[in-house]
Amino acid sequence: MLDVNNTTRVEMDWSGPERLQMNMGPQHPSAHGVFRAIVTLEGETVVAVDAVIGYLHRCHEKLSETLTYAQYPSIASKTDYVAAMTSEFAYVLAAEEIGKFEVPKRAQYLRVIVAELQRIASHLLWLGTWCMDMGGALGGGATIFLYCIRERELVLDLFESLVGARLLYGFFQVGGTRYDIPDGWAQACRETIALIDSRIDEYEEMLEDNAFFLARTQGVGTVSRELAQDVGIAGPLLRGSGVDFDIRKNVPYSSYGDFDFSVPVETAGDCYARYKVRMAEFRQAIAIVRQALDTLPAGPISSRPALKSVAQIRIPKGEAYARVEGPRGEVGSYIISDGSAKPYRMKWRGASFSNLSILPLIIPGHKVADVVAIMGSVDPVFGEVDR
Amino acid sequence: MNAEQARASLASTFGVEVAAGVPLVVTVAPERWEALARYAKDTVGCRFFNFLTAVDWKEQGLEVVARVDNLDENVALMLKTKLGPGVTRCASLTPVYRGANWMERECFDMFGIRFDGHPDMRRILLEDTWEGHPLLKSYAVDTPHPPYR
Repeated sequence: MLDVNNTTRVEMDWSGPERLQMNMGPQHPSAHGVFRAIVTLEGETVVAVDAVIGYLHRCHEKLSETLTYAQYPSIASKTDYVAAMTSEFAYVLAAEEIGKFEVPKRAQYLRVIVAELQRIASHLLWLGTWCMDMGGALGGGATIFLYCIRERELVLDLFESLVGARLLYGFFQVGGTRYDIPDGWAQACRETIALIDSRIDEYEEMLEDNAFFLARTQGVGTVSRELAQDVGIAGPLLRGSGVDFDIRKNVPYSSYGDFDFSVPVETAGDCYARYKVRMAEFRQAIAIVRQALDTLPAGPISSRPALKSVAQIRIPKGEAYARVEGPRGEVGSYIISDGSAKPYRMKWRGASFSNLSILPLIIPGHKVADVVAIMGSVDPVFGEVDR
Repeated sequence: MNAEQARASLASTFGVEVAAGVPLVVTVAPERWEALARYAKDTVGCRFFNFLTAVDWKEQGLEVVARVDNLDENVALMLKTKLGPGVTRCASLTPVYRGANWMERECFDMFGIRFDGHPDMRRILLEDTWEGHPLLKSYAVDTPHPPYR
């Protein structure tokens, strides 16, 4: 039983300026899910943040010990439900590494295509909701939100025609992918990304010429290069703080080495830098999808026989940590196998969990209004934080 | 320090076998856990704190696992320490890596390992009144537990 008095969050004998403890969430619209921040204020300035998470906890790690390598990939989607493809990807890569399963070239390319489309969809949702958080300052903040959702729907339409589902896919399986692209899909995909490519210019114009947007994001929520690595934040946050690290480039997996793309890096470390990185990533993701569609090899989509039973996939004893560059950064799956059809232990390294843990370190000193801007710039997905 | 230099220096400093590979896996006694992390950060240059977790090896006890990376030179270290049967205390890595704060709280929540030196050792994902630690192998998945409501 935990000693409830043993917490560091309450300072009752404070004799300085008057302090106020305020609850943000768990049902706050800017919480992007269910997140409760207990903020201690001195006037308008935040002096301490206690983050309360776990509202969506389903203990995926225990769950994965009860499900086989054939069953779990489609459950893995439910960790980060905004970028479901990414979680499935990390899980099957870890299983394949222990089992030393080959993945056919076509399946590798298909994985890259869906992962990058997922990045576009996820970043669109981030951009829309973040701009809506900062609302009025952007002149009726729902505008960008609706534009982004409009474009995200197009990507989800592509996923729907590929796997039949719009949010949680079950596209990946150990040894390859479950589905091949249907006739006409490649052309529809090209048209969609061309449209999104042109719309991104429009968003940038709307935002970067807006003095309010700049005032609310530049110099706000600055993360130093040193702090970023020490806490282990990843993805656009890490690259926004000047660390040139992208798993797709530095430790290529699934044929990422075949594609020509660049890794955007910003050095300011503030909300605006993170925004710039993500906007550049849209274009890189589009470039990767185009290249992958152009050079998509023919051949099988899986090196394994079709699944007939849930316990069909067995991998030898061993352990592996596989990581992929998701929209929010490093998503990793650490599997320890005991040779049976289920993992002995599976650890999710959720990018959002690490990213969110930086909030108590960077928010103090900012005004209350900046809390939503900073939280949105972190882009947490609470399915992945709580797992 | 590149991966090969890191392997050699870790093996000689801590007197343990370190097999070549990605990641380098280093297992030390619990007493040297914090020293290992500090060495990894300061000397090997693994400034990126990736994750920390534990594994329940049933009668052999708990094992704490942490992963850190040197992003500049692509050195990945998997740090491990076996706490031994029945032991649920471990040195905290929070003085070395600030990212260990939430990870160790999660580890306490899920495995009941108390990290000595942690500034805020309370549950993080489950509520404070929860009984038991779900990721222990002794915690059954198919029977309801008392706080289940």
